[in-house]
Amino acid sequence: MPQVALFITCLTDQFYPQVGVAVAKILEHFGCQVVFPEAQTCCGQPFFNNGFPSEARALATRMIEIFAPYRHIVTPSGSCCAMVRQQYHELLQNDPQWQKPMNDLRSKTYEFVEYLDKVLKVDLHQFKLPAVQEITYHYTCHLRGIGVKDEGVRLLRQIGNVEFKPLEKTDQCCGFGGTFAIKYPAISGAIVEDKINCIARTGAQTVICNDAGCTLNISGMCHRRKMETRVKHIAELMAEAMGIDIQAW
Amino acid sequence: MASIVQDQLPDPNANAVSDPHAAKFDFHSLSVKAAGDERLTNALNANTLRQYEGRRERLLELPDPDGMRSLAGDIKQHTLDHLDYYLEQFQSSVEGNGGRVHFAHDGAAARRIIAEIAKQAGCTRVIKSKSMTSEEIELAHHLQAEGLDLVETDLAEFILQISHDKPSHLVAPVMHKDRASIARLFNEYFKTPYNDDPPTLTAQARIFLRNKFRRADLGITGGNFLIAETGQVCVVENEGNARQSVTTPRVLVSLVGIEKLVPRLADLAVMLKLLGRSATGQVMTVYTSIFGGPRLGGEKDGPEEFHIVLLDNGRTEILASREYRETLRCIRCGACLNACPVYRKIGGHAYGSVYPGPIGALITPLFQGLEKFKDLPHASSLCGACYEVCPVKIDIPKHLINLRRDINTRRISGRSERFIYKAWAWGMKSPWVYYVLGILQKFDLRRRAHKTGWIRSLPPFVAGWTQVRDMPAPPKRTFHQIWKDRT
Repeated sequence: MPQVALFITCLTDQFYPQVGVAVAKILEHFGCQVVFPEAQTCCGQPFFNNGFPSEARALATRMIEIFAPYRHIVTPSGSCCAMVRQQYHELLQNDPQWQKPMNDLRSKTYEFVEYLDKVLKVDLHQFKLPAVQEITYHYTCHLRGIGVKDEGVRLLRQIGNVEFKPLEKTDQCCGFGGTFAIKYPAISGAIVEDKINCIARTGAQTVICNDAGCTLNISGMCHRRKMETRVKHIAELMAEAMGIDIQAW
Repeated sequence: MASIVQDQLPDPNANAVSDPHAAKFDFHSLSVKAAGDERLTNALNANTLRQYEGRRERLLELPDPDGMRSLAGDIKQHTLDHLDYYLEQFQSSVEGNGGRVHFAHDGAAARRIIAEIAKQAGCTRVIKSKSMTSEEIELAHHLQAEGLDLVETDLAEFILQISHDKPSHLVAPVMHKDRASIARLFNEYFKTPYNDDPPTLTAQARIFLRNKFRRADLGITGGNFLIAETGQVCVVENEGNARQSVTTPRVLVSLVGIEKLVPRLADLAVMLKLLGRSATGQVMTVYTSIFGGPRLGGEKDGPEEFHIVLLDNGRTEILASREYRETLRCIRCGACLNACPVYRKIGGHAYGSVYPGPIGALITPLFQGLEKFKDLPHASSLCGACYEVCPVKIDIPKHLINLRRDINTRRISGRSERFIYKAWAWGMKSPWVYYVLGILQKFDLRRRAHKTGWIRSLPPFVAGWTQVRDMPAPPKRTFHQIWKDRT
C-alpha cells in the first residue's frame, strides 16, 4: 500500500481545508495510506519569490527534513510543487550537504493531478456527478514548471455528467502572482477580470482551478462582479462524483 | 497622388510619451492608466494573441521545437561567453570586405560617430529602417537636431515619427494604435480625406516614402544578427524598406548592439528558423538580407561606403555579470511580450523604455539602473509564459527574482517591508507561531466578513487586494485542525 504524505500548503490549509480532506480521502479510495506530517508550515515560496533567498532557504531545509521519511509526497497546489521541484535546486545549489536530501525530495514530490495520472494511473470513467454540470478549466501557471499539460482536462472529461466547455486563453495567467495581486491591483485586477469574462463566455457554472492562490483570486473577482460561477479544485469535483463527503471526517 | 506636405519631418521624440531622462519613472500611474484604457486593451488583445497563436502553430511545424530552442540558446550563450574573440573576428572580416567598424562606448558616442560619418561624406538626406537600438539611443532625434533630413521608412516607425510617438512593441511598434487613429493621423498629416482602408493608407505612405528613397544619400539600418565569420549583417523585414536603405543610398551605416553576434552563417540558419516563427508566426519574414560591404567592382547595387557602429551602452557590464549575461541572448523577437499577461494589459509605453515586456523588465533596470526601474521586476506574476516561449531559453522568471533579491540587498526596497518579510519567514519556521498567526489572521478576517463569508475591505498593508476584488473568509478550522480533531 503506497504511503503518501500530504503537503497541504499554507493557503489551502487556511482557506480551502476541504480540498485537503478531498485529496486525502480520494487517495485513500485509490489504495494509499495517507499521513500528514503536522510540523509542516510553508515551503518558502513567498520569500523566494520576493527576493529573500536566505529566509526561503531556512524554510526549504526545514521542509526537506520534515518530508524526508516518506515515500511519496502529494500536494494540491502546482506552485508549491514547482517550488520544491525547480526552485529548491537554485536555492540550495551552494549547499553540498543538502544536495542528496533535496534531490530525494524532488524525485518524490507530486502535484495531485500528476500523481493520479502518472503514478496511480486512475481511470475516472467509473464515476459520475449526481447531475450534469457545465464545467470549464483554468490552466494554472505553475503547471508549466512541472511539465503538466492537459492531464487535468483529460481526467476531468472522464467523469460522467461533465459537460466540458473549453476556456478561451486557458493558459493566460489569472493575475494572482502572490504579492503581485496586492502591490499592483490595477494590473492584477485587469488580468483577473479578463479571466472571469472568458469564464463567463463559456456559460459554465463551475471552473476547475487547481491552485489555492488562483482560486482566491478568481472567486474573489467573481464575487465582486456578482458572478455565480463556482470555483473548485478538481479534488472537490471528484469527491462529488465519487460520493465522498468532505465536510465530515 | 498625395501631396508632399513638408520635406523636413517633425522630430520623433518631441512629445515623448514618457521622458527617459526624467528623474523619476512613475510606473504606477502609467500602468494604472494603461490598464484602464479600453481601446488599448482591445488593440493589445487582438495583436498579441494573433502573434502568440501564430507562433504556436508555426513552431509546432518544426521537428523538434524544444531542441531547436536549446540549440539557439547554446549558440548565443557560447558567443557571449567568447564575445571578445568574435568581435575581433567580426571586425577583421568587415575590414577585409572594405567596410569600416566603429566601437561606440555609449549612445552619445554612437550618435557622434554617425553624425560625423554623414558630415564627412557630405550626406544630408537620410532614410532609416526599423531599429530598436537606434531608439535606445534616440538617434533620429539627434540627427534631426543636427540638421539632417531624416525619415523613418518602416511604416510603423513612420507613423510614430509623424505622430511624435514612441514604439510600444519590439516587432509591432504601433501595436497601441488602432486603424481609426492611424487614419485620422494620415488625414491630418497629408491633408487628404479621412480613409481607414489599410491598403489605401499604405499606398499613401508608400508614395511619400519612395520619393525619399530616390533622393536619399545616407541609409541607416539596425541589425538582427552579425556574423563574425563573414563580417556581415543580417536584417529581416516585411516591407522592403531596409533593403532599399541598403541598396540605394551612397553611404550605409548599420548600428548594432555587440550582443547580436553569432559565429557562423550556419548558426544564423538556426536563428532564422526561430525568429520569424517566434515573433509573428511567419516561417520567414518577406525579406531576409545579408549584406557586408561597399559595392564591389562590377556590382550594380550597394553603397560606396559601408560602416558598422557597434554599440556597448551597458552591454559589457551585463556581460561581466555572469548571472545576468544570459539576458543578452535576446534576439528581440517579442514572443515574451505577446505571451505576457501584464504586457497584454498595459502595453509597452508603461514600461518607460524602448524595451518593454518581460525582457524589458530585466534589461531596462540592468541598462538604466535598478533604483529608477525598481517596479519592473516586481510587476510580474511570475507565470513563466515568457520563459516558455523564448526562442533562446532565457530564464526570465529566475532573473526577475534575482533582481528582486538585488532590490533587497541593495536596500532599494523599504525597510519596513523587508522587516515584515523577515519576521514572517522567521515565524513560519515554528509550527506554533504558524498556528498562532493563523488563529489571529482567521479571527480578524472572519470578523471583517460580517457573517457574509466575504471580505470587502482588508487592512492597509494588504488593501490592494480588496481594491479590485473580494476575499473569501477562511473557514473555522484549518486542515491542521481538522486532521488533529480526527486523530
